[in-house]
Amino acid sequence: MTKLYTFLKYFFITFWTVFVVAPFLWAVSTSFKDFQSVNSKVTYIPWLDFEPTLEGWRVLIKSPAKGGVDIVEPYFNSIFVTCTASLISIVLGTLAAYALSRFTFKAGFVRNNDITFFFISQRIMPPIVLSIPFFIFLSTIGLLDSLLGLVVVYIVLLMPIAVWIMVDFFNRVPKELDETALIDGCNPYQAFYKVVLPNSIPGLIVAGMFCIIFGWIDFFFAFILTFTEVQLLPVKVVALNSSITPWWSLSASALVSVAPLIIVAFVVERYLSKGNLSGALK
Amino acid sequence: MNLIGEKISYKPDEQFHLNDVSFNFKKGNLYTILGRTLSGKTTLLKTIAGLLNPDQGSISFEEKDFIKIPVWERNVAMVYQQFINYPHLNVYENITFPLVQRKLSAEQIKSDVDEALKTVGLVGFENRKIQELSGGQQQRVALARSLAKKAKILLLDEPLVNLDYKLREQLREEFKRIFSEGLSQDTILIYSTTDPQEVMELNGEVIVLDEGKVLQKGPAKEIFENPTNLKVAEISNDPPMNVLKGSKNLKNLNFENIFLEIPNHFKNLEDKDYNFGIRASEVKLDDSGEEFEIELAEISGSETLLHLKRGNSKIIALIEEVMNFKIHEKVKIKFNENKFYAFGEDEKLVSSPYGGSNG
Repeated sequence: MTKLYTFLKYFFITFWTVFVVAPFLWAVSTSFKDFQSVNSKVTYIPWLDFEPTLEGWRVLIKSPAKGGVDIVEPYFNSIFVTCTASLISIVLGTLAAYALSRFTFKAGFVRNNDITFFFISQRIMPPIVLSIPFFIFLSTIGLLDSLLGLVVVYIVLLMPIAVWIMVDFFNRVPKELDETALIDGCNPYQAFYKVVLPNSIPGLIVAGMFCIIFGWIDFFFAFILTFTEVQLLPVKVVALNSSITPWWSLSASALVSVAPLIIVAFVVERYLSKGNLSGALK
Repeated sequence: MNLIGEKISYKPDEQFHLNDVSFNFKKGNLYTILGRTLSGKTTLLKTIAGLLNPDQGSISFEEKDFIKIPVWERNVAMVYQQFINYPHLNVYENITFPLVQRKLSAEQIKSDVDEALKTVGLVGFENRKIQELSGGQQQRVALARSLAKKAKILLLDEPLVNLDYKLREQLREEFKRIFSEGLSQDTILIYSTTDPQEVMELNGEVIVLDEGKVLQKGPAKEIFENPTNLKVAEISNDPPMNVLKGSKNLKNLNFENIFLEIPNHFKNLEDKDYNFGIRASEVKLDDSGEEFEIELAEISGSETLLHLKRGNSKIIALIEEVMNFKIHEKVKIKFNENKFYAFGEDEKLVSSPYGGSNG
C-alpha cells in the first residue's frame, strides 16, 4: 500500500516536472537556433542536431534600424511600471487593510466588509468591462500611451490584491498585540510600524509577490492603453510574431520575460522553506 | 491618590458590557474581579487601561481625569489571558520594549529587566525566541514585561486560564509570592478570574461582576461566607452552590418532601418560602439520609462530583474520594444543616451560617 503510494507519488511528480520543464527546455533550445535549424527538420540538441547561434538573442538588443527588435526599453518600462505600481499598491493597500481590520467604519449602510468587498469587486469584474472607462479616463487626463498612465491603471488592478491579502493577514494578528503595544507606550502609529508591521512581513511578501506577478503578466491593458510612445514587454513579445514567426527570438524574449518571475519565486521559496512565513504568529 | 471609577457604563450594542460600575482602588492593594465568562471583567480592565472609553461615568487616578489621558501615556501594565508577546522580538527585547519606549537609560533598563527576569524565573532565557517557549513560559515573559515597567496599575486578565492544570497550580503559587515580594506599595494590582479558588487564595478585595453589574464588593472571606444574593453564591463557589426551593415552618425545614431540623442560625427566621443554599462540600453520603437519584458522576482529581436529582431539585455533592457510581442508581445523602444559607424569594441573602444577612 505504502509502496504503491510512494510509486504513484513519484510517478506524478516526475510526470508533472516533465510537463512543466519540457517547454522551457524547448524554448532554451529553440532560442539558439536560426531559420535553417527551425525549418529543416526536428532538432533538439545543440551541436549534435544543429549549430547553435546567438542570433535570436542578439536581435533582442539590436535597434530596429539594424533589423533588431530592441526589447531593452520595453523591458525596463515593464520593470518600472510593475515595481512602481506594486510598491504604491502595497503601501496604500497595507494601510487600508490595517484600517479595515482594526477600526469599525459606518457610513449609511456601508460597513467594513462592504468596503473590503468593493476592493475585491474590482478584480471580479472582467477586465474588458474596464477597458473603455480606462481608455476614456486616461485620454481625458492626457495620460494615454504614457508610463504614468499605466502606473495609475495598474494601481487600480493591483491594490485590491494587496488589500485583500493584507486584510486577511491582519485579521489573524491578534488585536491584543496592538493593544499591548499601546499599553507599553506606543501611540497608534508606533504600534503599527514597531509591532504590527514587523510581524506582517510574510503577508507583505505574499502580497508583493502577487502584485508583481499580476502586474508583470498583464497584456490586456498594456496593449489597449499604449500605442507608439511606450511599450511594455508582453506587447512587444507578442508583436514579434509577424508574417514569418521568428521562433528563435520569440523563445529568447519569452525566457527573459519569465526570468524575473522565476527569480521572485525562488526568493520566496527560500523564505518559505525557512519556515518564516507561517511561524511568526500562532 | 486612589484609582476611582464612578458609575461607569459601556454599552456598545444591545447589551450592557459594564452597567453602573463604581470602585475605589487604593495603592499597595490587591483587587480581584470575580465573574463568569462575558461578565464584563475584560471590559472593565480595558476601560481602566484606556483601550475602551466608557459611554458614561468617570475614572480618575491621582486626582487626574484618567479618561482624557491616552492609553500610551497612562503607565499601566496588562497581562492577557492569551499569551501576548511580541513575536518578532526575543525574550529580552520583549521585556525591554516598554522601557525603551519610555526612553530610560541603558543601565536602568538592564537592572530592571534582570530583576524582572529573576522574579519570574526566566534567567538564562534572554535570547530565546518567543515561539520556542511553552505556554507557561510565554505567560511569564508577559508578566515580566509588566513587572519591569513598574507601572502604577497592573492589570492581570485571567492570566492562568489558558494553562494546564498543573502549571496553573504552580504559577498561582508563584503569583502569590511575586505579589507579596515584587510589588511596591505604589502599585494597584487588579486581577480578574472566573475561578473562586484563585480568589480565595489571593485573598484580596473582591468585586463580583455579573452581566456588567457589580453584585458585591468586599474581602474574599466575606464574599465566601456571606454572599449577598444567590448569583454571588453561585459565582463564588465551584461547583456552584446548590439551591433548593423550600420553606421553613415551626418545626422544620422542608424541601422535596425532606424534613430537616431547624439549625440554630435559622431560629429567628420568619416561617415562609425560601431558596435554601448549601455548598456541594456540605452534602455527604450517609445511609441514614435522604434518597436521591444519580444523574452524572464526574471524577476530578481525587474527588468525585455527584450530580443528583430528586423531584424538581438538582444538586451536586462533592465527595472527597474517587468512587464509581452507576447512573440512575439511588444513593442516600445527608445535609449539614448548620451550613445552610437562606435566600429570600427575591434571591437576597436572609440568613447565613456566618451571621451575615441583607438586613
